[in-house]
Amino acid sequence: MTNTSNRLQSLRDSSVSRRNFVIGSGAAAVGGAALLAACGDDETAPAATTTAAAPATTAAAETGVGTTTLGSNYSDANPKAALAAAVAATGVDTEINTIDHNTYQDNFNTYVQQPDDVMAWFAGYRMRAFASKGVVGDISDVWDNLDGMSGAFRSASSGLDGNQYFVPLYFYPWAVHYRKSLFADNGYDIPANWDEFKALCDTMEADGLIPLCAANDGRWPQMGMFDMLNLRINGYDFHVSLMGGREDWEDARVQNVFSTWEEILPYYQPDANGRTWQDAANNLGDKSAGMYLLGTFVVSNFDREAQADIIDDIDFFLFPEVNPEHGQDAIEAPIDGFMMAAEPANEAGAKALLTGLGSVEAIDAYLSVDPAVVAANSNADTSGYNALQRKSAEAVATASYIAQFLDRDTDPDFAANVVGVGIADFLATPGSIGTILADIEAKKQTFTFE
Amino acid sequence: MVGVPAALHIGLVWIPATLTVILSFAEWDNLAPLSDIRDVGFRNYWFIFTVFEGDLFGALFNNFVLIIWLTVCSAVGMLFAYLLDKNIRGSRFYQSVYYFPVVLSLAVVGFIWKSTMFSRDRGLLNTLWPGGPIDFVGDGTKIFSFDLPFLDPALGLSKNFAALLVAMAWRHIGYIMVMYLAGLKAVDQALREAAAIDGCNEWQAFRRVIFPSLKPINVIVVVITAIEALRAYDIIAALNEPRGTDVMGTLVTKSLLGEGSGRVGFGSAYGVVMLLLCLGFIIWYVINHYRESEL
Repeated sequence: MTNTSNRLQSLRDSSVSRRNFVIGSGAAAVGGAALLAACGDDETAPAATTTAAAPATTAAAETGVGTTTLGSNYSDANPKAALAAAVAATGVDTEINTIDHNTYQDNFNTYVQQPDDVMAWFAGYRMRAFASKGVVGDISDVWDNLDGMSGAFRSASSGLDGNQYFVPLYFYPWAVHYRKSLFADNGYDIPANWDEFKALCDTMEADGLIPLCAANDGRWPQMGMFDMLNLRINGYDFHVSLMGGREDWEDARVQNVFSTWEEILPYYQPDANGRTWQDAANNLGDKSAGMYLLGTFVVSNFDREAQADIIDDIDFFLFPEVNPEHGQDAIEAPIDGFMMAAEPANEAGAKALLTGLGSVEAIDAYLSVDPAVVAANSNADTSGYNALQRKSAEAVATASYIAQFLDRDTDPDFAANVVGVGIADFLATPGSIGTILADIEAKKQTFTFE
Repeated sequence: MVGVPAALHIGLVWIPATLTVILSFAEWDNLAPLSDIRDVGFRNYWFIFTVFEGDLFGALFNNFVLIIWLTVCSAVGMLFAYLLDKNIRGSRFYQSVYYFPVVLSLAVVGFIWKSTMFSRDRGLLNTLWPGGPIDFVGDGTKIFSFDLPFLDPALGLSKNFAALLVAMAWRHIGYIMVMYLAGLKAVDQALREAAAIDGCNEWQAFRRVIFPSLKPINVIVVVITAIEALRAYDIIAALNEPRGTDVMGTLVTKSLLGEGSGRVGFGSAYGVVMLLLCLGFIIWYVINHYRESEL
C-alpha cells in the first residue's frame, strides 16, 4: 500500500466515469467484476518472461558471459517495453522475469532470498535495509565502470558501510503542479515563499477554485506534503535524522511542521483521505482545482493522445520557501534502479548487465519508449525530453539535497502503519495532533531502525 | 482413508498454528537466515497490549460489533427465507436478487463498493445522497463513541465501519437466506398442517413448530455467523484504506505481509490473540456438539 512505484505504474484506475457506474446495480456489479478481472489478470501472470534479444555485435555478448536473469516489477505496458529496450541496449543476454509490481514489492522479503541475478528496486532506506542484512551483493566494482553518475546518485546507491549496492536508472521529482493556461488567464504568479503561497490560495478560493488538490488513498500521497514541509522548515539533515528514528516526534520542530501544515488545510480539497491521486489529478485537469503537490508522474493520469492538450499545459514549480535558512535547497526525487543478488548464478553476467543498465545507452533506450521519467545518468540524451522532463532534470541538478520519500527513507512498516496512519488522522482531526504525535513517538520506540 | 486428510490437516493447519505461537515470542525480520531469530519473551505481547493497545482493543471491539451485526443479518436472512418459502409471486426473482452477492467473493464486493458505491466523488451513494458528500472510505470519525478509562482512542462506530457493515450485510443476508430456504423446504408439510389445525397463528406456528424443527440449520448458521465475524478480513482490507476500520485479521497481515513485513513476531502475537478467540468458540461448539450426539 505504501509502494511508491504504484504511482508510476498503476495509472489508469480512474478512467471509469461516474456515468458507467450509475446505470443500475447489476450492470455496475458486472463492470466492477470486469475491472477486478482485469486486475486479476495482471496478478495471476507472475512470470511473463520476455527475452531481450541481444545484438550480436556488442561487447558483452562477445565476452560470452552467458544468460543473466533479471527480476522486474515493470509490469505495466509502457515501462515493461521500455525496460526490455534498455536491457537490449546493454547487449547482455538477459531473461526478464516480470512480476506484477504490487505482488513483487509485497513479496520482496521472500523473493530476495532466492532472487534472480539482478533485481529491480528502489534507492534509499529500502535498499540499505537489505544491504546491511547481506542479502544483496556489493557492486562497488560496477561503480568503477559507471560514467555520468553524480555524487548524489552514488550516495543514494551506497549502503551504511559506504559500498555501493544499487545502480540507478531514473528518478521523478515531487513538485507543485499547475496548469499554465489557468495561471495565465487568471494572472497568477508563481509563489516564491510561504506567504505568497497562502495568498495565492486565498485568491484562488475567491475565484471559486479549489486551491489545492488533495488525495491520500493508499496513505502515501500526503507523506509528500509532510516531507516537503519538513525539508523546507527543518532542513534535509533533520529529515534524515527523523527518518532514522533519532529524533523525538513530539519535538517542537515536528510540531511546527504540522502547525504550518494546518495553515493550508482550509485550502485542501475536502476529505482527502478517501481520494485516489488519480481522482485529484482529474480536478487539476479540468481546472476546478489550482495546484497539486505530487510526483511528475501526475501527467500519466491523462491520455497521451486524447488529453495531450492537458499534458502540454501542466507545469510545476518547486515547493515554496518556508524557512529562509533552508530556502528551496532540498527536493524529493525517488530513484528507481537495480540491485544484484548476494550470490548470483551468473555473477559476471549480472555485473555486466548492471554496468550496462547504468550506461547512457540503456537509459536512452528506456526513455525513447517511455518518456515519463528523467535519466539518472547525466550524459543521457536530453534532446528528446519534453519541457517537464527538462525542468525535472534541472530542478534535481540544482538541488543541494535529494530526499527519497518518507516510505523510502525509513522503516517501511513504521512509515505505513505508524506515520501514515498518524498523517491520515491529522488530516481528519488536525486539533488532535498532540495525541497523534505522542502515539507516533510511543510506537517509534518499538522499532529498531537497523 | 481418514489418515491422509488428517495428516494433511495437521501438517497444513496445526503445525503452522503452533509455529505462529512460537514466532509470537520471537523477533525476526522475515529474512534468512533462520538463526537470526531472537527470543524476546513476552515483549511482543507487552507492546501490543500497551503501546499498540488502541489498535488491538479497537480491532477486538470491531470484531465484537461484527458478531452482533451478523447475528442481526442472520435473523433478517431467516425472515427473507420464510417469506420466500411461501411461494409468493416472483419468488424466484427475489431469490436470485438476494443470492447474487453470495456468488461474489467479499474481496470483489469490497472493490465494487469502493469505487461504485462509496467513492466520495463518483460513488452512487453520494450521487443520490441529498446532503454534502461523505467520504465513506476514508472517514474514520465516529458516528457515536464511548470512552473507556483505560483506553485512549474512544471505541465506537465510524462512518467507514458503518459503510462496511452495510456491504457485509448485503452479502451475509443472502447467504443465510439460502441456508434457511433449503431447511424450510425440508420441513415436513404435515407439521405445518397439524399446527394450522390446532389453531396456531402464524407467529406461534413459526416459533413453536417450524423454528425448532430447523435446529440443525440453526446450529450451522450460528457457527457460520460467528466464524464470519471473527475471521472477517477480505472486505475490510478492501475498504478500510486509508483511515478506516481495523479488525484482528487486518492487524495480523499488516505486520506480516507486504514490504513492512519485518515484524513477524508482532503479527504472530496478534495472530495468537485471534487464535485464542476462535479456540474459545470452537471449544464451545465441540462441547455442545458432543453433548447433542450423546442424547
